[in-house]
Amino acid sequence: MGAGHAHKLYRHGHSPVHALPPHCKLAAVLCFVLVVVATPREAVWAFGLYAALLAGVAAVARVPAGFLLRRMLIEVPFVAFAVLMPFVVPGDQVHFLGISLSVPGLWGAWNVLAKGTLGVAASVLLASTTELRALLLGLERLRLPPMLVQIASFMIRYGDVITDELRRMSIARRSRGFEARGVRHWGVLGKSAGALFIRSYERGERVHLAMMSRGYTGTMPVIDQLTASRAQWTAAAALPLTALAVCLLGWTL
Amino acid sequence: MSTQPRKQPPPSLEVRGLAYAYPDGHQALFGVDLTVARGERVALLGPNGAGKTTLVLHLNGIHTAGAGSVTVAGLPVAKQHLAEIRRRVGIVFQDPDDQLFMPTVREDVAFGPATAGLRGAELEARVVAALTQVGMAEYADRPPHHLSFGQRRRVAVATVLAMEPEILVLDEPSSNLDPASRRELADILRALDVTVLMVTHDLPYAMELCPRAVILSEGVIAADGPTRELLGDAELLGAHRLELPFGFDPSAVPVPRGR
Ligand SMILES: Nc1ncnc2c1ncn2[C@@H]1O[C@H](COP(=O)(O)OP(=O)(O)OP(=O)(O)O)[C@@H](O)[C@H]1O
Ligand SMILES: [Mg+2]
Repeated sequence: MGAGHAHKLYRHGHSPVHALPPHCKLAAVLCFVLVVVATPREAVWAFGLYAALLAGVAAVARVPAGFLLRRMLIEVPFVAFAVLMPFVVPGDQVHFLGISLSVPGLWGAWNVLAKGTLGVAASVLLASTTELRALLLGLERLRLPPMLVQIASFMIRYGDVITDELRRMSIARRSRGFEARGVRHWGVLGKSAGALFIRSYERGERVHLAMMSRGYTGTMPVIDQLTASRAQWTAAAALPLTALAVCLLGWTL
Repeated sequence: MSTQPRKQPPPSLEVRGLAYAYPDGHQALFGVDLTVARGERVALLGPNGAGKTTLVLHLNGIHTAGAGSVTVAGLPVAKQHLAEIRRRVGIVFQDPDDQLFMPTVREDVAFGPATAGLRGAELEARVVAALTQVGMAEYADRPPHHLSFGQRRRVAVATVLAMEPEILVLDEPSSNLDPASRRELADILRALDVTVLMVTHDLPYAMELCPRAVILSEGVIAADGPTRELLGDAELLGAHRLELPFGFDPSAVPVPRGR
């Protein structure tokens, strides 16, 4: 897709993982996450293997560990939630360094942390090897309702236009000596937000007019037909299939 | 003129007695008559609020005539032919950000022909041809909002050219362009082999590109003739709130290459 919408998570590259069709990658990540969630929490070694699998994919994709770990920081709020669990969940207590912790709470925290971290890591890997535009095409290919995909595409396309409009309005305000300081000025900001809404709405009407002028009747034409070869599907399936084997072992052992 | 034995192609555009009132009751057009022959380039001039944009929106059936009729290459603009009419009439709107709504230039140019059912290699060829015509082929994979204003205007023209229209309608194509982009756009338009109807406030631009001009004023066609003659008639211009830029003398400009 060349230089498309470089988002902050995306890392440009030409690895085999980058080259896989987006819908294969999406399906692979989805299945991987399902398998991870279905793994019994007591099989601690299985989660280690999953992490190793993801590390392997990251190596093939040539995504450095530091890059991956920094992007995984979005997980922090969930970690906080997990840390609370040993204190609040009722059940058998263990004593550690003089603090009493609940055993089911500890297992619950481990469960949330391990599965959450693996899920976030897989998603970050997907995002760092797939462009936003390609992700949308992939979702469309995987039969997500086309209306949702259209809305998301318009958000990408017009996000910058609207941010720009917001910036121009802010410049116009400041050029006339206005600085937002404290609650007294919220009214002015509110009016700006209203004006922005109306401008965006009117732009929406004009865009719709332009779309109708080029024959739009409610459905987007398929311009880029995504295709995947058997080999590409097989390559993408390697991750969730290996994970599935690990998961089955976890249940039987 | 002696009668021609061979059959002439129908005019690209034929507007007869067109009148229109907006839903709020404001009447914008009061019986417009306008015929544009195939291959002609015509400038549509008129002051703010004259009804130019309103007229343009009738040409592809966005507005429905209150009275009168619009015919495009022999096909009347009516509900049952809307898809074909919209393929034949290519409108370039004033703000390219309204016109370019797809994530990449290539997909945007492909939108019209793909809606009309084109796919695969044929579609790709159409896109490349249209982008080449406006000199933007190497920008195909860029998102539109990363282009300069002049580049976006050119891509907007390409999105319409990709539909191979019978008539190209431009609403103020030279607005917001710097002199170099303005000239580049003029070169592109002059090189095209389609009928052009160009709405503009830029009288020298009209003179440069269009051998013929019509003045729309208060919802009626007030004048129709060679652009040089209309622009040379100070009284006519004054009566319709049109003004030439300071120091511009229409009689000193060479006549545009007519077709
Ligand atoms: N949606 C609308 N509802 C009611 N009246 C409208 C609407 N749009 C335009 N008008 C009125 O119709 C008349 C013609 O408007 P139009 O936009 O066609 O003018 P124009 O010739 O394109 O002007 P400009 O040169 O400023 O673009 C104006 O008096 C305008 O106020
Ligand atoms: Mg107008």
